[in-house]
Amino acid sequence: MNLYDIIFYLFAAVTLVSATFVVFTKNVIYAAYNLLLTLFGIAGLYILLGADFIGIVQLIIYVGGILILLLFGVMLTNKITDVQIKTGVLQVIPASVAVGMLAGILILIMTNMSWRDFGLSTPDKTIGGLGTLLMNEYIIIFELLGMLLLIALIGAANIARK
Amino acid sequence: MIIFEYLADLFGAIPAAFISGILPIAFVVPYALFAVYWERKVSAHMQDRLGPMRTGWHGYLQTIADILKLIQKEDIVATAVDKPLFNLAPILVFAGSYAAFAAIPFSSAYIGANVDLGMLYIIAVSGLVVAGILMAGWASNNKYSLIGAVRSAAQIVSYEIPTVIVILTLFSIVGTLNLYELSEIQSSNIFNWMIFGGNVIGWKKIVLIPLMFAAFIIIYLTTLAEVNRTPFDIPEAESELVAGYHTEYSGMKFAMFFLAEYANMFAVSAIVATLFLGGYHSPFGYLGNLLGISWLVPVEQFFWFTFKGLGFVTVQMWLRWTLPRLRVDQLMTVCWKYLIPLSFVIFLLVSLLMVL
Repeated sequence: MNLYDIIFYLFAAVTLVSATFVVFTKNVIYAAYNLLLTLFGIAGLYILLGADFIGIVQLIIYVGGILILLLFGVMLTNKITDVQIKTGVLQVIPASVAVGMLAGILILIMTNMSWRDFGLSTPDKTIGGLGTLLMNEYIIIFELLGMLLLIALIGAANIARK
Repeated sequence: MIIFEYLADLFGAIPAAFISGILPIAFVVPYALFAVYWERKVSAHMQDRLGPMRTGWHGYLQTIADILKLIQKEDIVATAVDKPLFNLAPILVFAGSYAAFAAIPFSSAYIGANVDLGMLYIIAVSGLVVAGILMAGWASNNKYSLIGAVRSAAQIVSYEIPTVIVILTLFSIVGTLNLYELSEIQSSNIFNWMIFGGNVIGWKKIVLIPLMFAAFIIIYLTTLAEVNRTPFDIPEAESELVAGYHTEYSGMKFAMFFLAEYANMFAVSAIVATLFLGGYHSPFGYLGNLLGISWLVPVEQFFWFTFKGLGFVTVQMWLRWTLPRLRVDQLMTVCWKYLIPLSFVIFLLVSLLMVL
């Protein structure tokens, strides 16, 4: 077991333990902060795999954006308007069926995939290549996503104005 | 860089990585002690007072005495607070602001981690500070703390947008987010600093200079807002919210918030200095090169870096003791109606210029 393995298991443990807490805790705020740890662990795994851009963007978008928004909403409703937000156990059978099927598909992919082993190396610079790909091969998808986000922004502004 | 290689020769790569990761704390803590004293002196002289004068010569031991007092204080945890989150919040806030120091090059001999996406990484970890502030405000179970935390989060999230656009503008000129490479691009001449258009030459540079000055002012204002300093200090507005999100904290936990605030002030100043004012580079060339002493150059670079950083910190203090506080709606107006459109215009003009 080398250092790389130790770091991998550390991040994997952080991700798994905090994800378990997210699911099983009754307190929504605790769930949100454990989600922060989960996302942090996943970002660490991405960076360990040499995908530094994805890891950092994961932190910016999910931790800096979505999670803060989520905490914001929960805090305002919970403390200021005195609405008690608790999680409960609902729909056990459909949930376990859906989760079981998803787990089955993931395990199937994991065992049947022919994984490539790149060995240990210092990761290359990633954003240059990503940018070239986005601006050449995937330009239509990229532009369409940009349009979608613009429409979402205009819609949000329109709703907020009413 | 050189320091890391030297340590790696001495102890091996892994202990060296740990040691060079801890090195910035040996800078941040003495700096914070000095900066608290400096702020009290600056504010005092602006108001025709003397400030601390009793402890040591002109009171320079005052903050050490204050820290000793804070360490001895009882750690008060009110009964209605959410204990785990209440205790965790100061650590999270400090961890977030300390993490930014990993990608800041202090001199050509030292950078915590020479990552390719250094600037993007700093923006990403600043999200942890927001999470910590929200945690502190919510766990305190106090309406002033909660309002302070919510204001702070709204402010930081909004002001991140113009910051990122200005950084994008710089990126479209130099093509790197690595702060070490960015500093090296600005070497050798004061007109290579990004505020004078970086290493661009010819007529483009002349067009770039006013745009870069405007970008510099925008990023200075937005980073000021991100560290919750006056005129953007509504999260801890003393006259309305007692002390904002750290109202309920006392003793060492309060000291950690204080330390995080001052560490953050230096971090954003250092980032602005690295992005626009040549980072660790001297404006006049180096004495070490003149005398042929090679080890003197990194030391001088460290001096210039600290000089620029502390200069900006002093300007932050100066603004704090000069300007009144903005209202919440004015704060949002400044960001969304003026700074964001302006930074977009600068970004479009600069990218157009670079394509030509």
